[in-house]
Amino acid sequence: MVPLSHYLALSVILFVLGAAGFIFRRNIITVFMCIELMLNAVNLAFMAFSRFLENLDGQIFVFFVIVVAAAEAAVGLAIIIALHRNRESLNIEDVDSMKM
Amino acid sequence: MTILFYIAAAVTVLAALNMVLQRTPVYSALSLIVVLCSLAVVYLLLGAEFMAVIQVIVYAGAIMVLFVFVIMLLNAGHEAPSHRSRLTKWLGAPIIGALLVEMLMVIWDQFPPTSAASPPHLDGSPAAIGHLLFRNYVLPFEVTSILILVAVLGAVVLAKKEL
Repeated sequence: MVPLSHYLALSVILFVLGAAGFIFRRNIITVFMCIELMLNAVNLAFMAFSRFLENLDGQIFVFFVIVVAAAEAAVGLAIIIALHRNRESLNIEDVDSMKM
Repeated sequence: MTILFYIAAAVTVLAALNMVLQRTPVYSALSLIVVLCSLAVVYLLLGAEFMAVIQVIVYAGAIMVLFVFVIMLLNAGHEAPSHRSRLTKWLGAPIIGALLVEMLMVIWDQFPPTSAASPPHLDGSPAAIGHLLFRNYVLPFEVTSILILVAVLGAVVLAKKEL
């Protein structure tokens, strides 16, 4: 039987990979996909705890996280489309008009 | 059965690594689809068959399709080389490594791999999830329907050419 710490270790590895990609990548869409990876890592942690604490509420929470991620992806991608229309670039280093 | 978890975990980590390291966004999107499907396998091994299927249908089948559509619409090619200094790159990798090691140590301390028996079977069928969803969590369920409506309206308005 796989112990709980192995599921959590997988979740942590995925989360740190997503966070690293979020910080270091420059393409807006790749940054957005790293956000989705972080959300999935958290979903995995919820599912593992739901199983090991024998409580189905964790899976309900994962359900709502998936729904909110879908809504956020739709709005975020619409923002990216509007940004691309205005600047013709998908590089986050070009979106710096609020930088000092 | 346990070996299946380690295979799925290895596939997940390799695909996530590929997603973060690829230069082209389309390859990153395809790698993320692989991550989502192997996570669905892990959910199945946890006994959560409803959530595994939801993950494949909604996350891999709708959200990632939306991503690929937008990538193709915006013609996102390769990523340009960075203007940042070398220092940030050389400083960033050890910090990420330190974060990873620290979180793994916390898990190792808090959840030692005891030789406990496997937890009893958790019913992850749609009926069980439906019992919870439509009784205890009916208010968040209805609110998410409003959330999705607002998200759709917002996406249409934001992506329009002229308001």
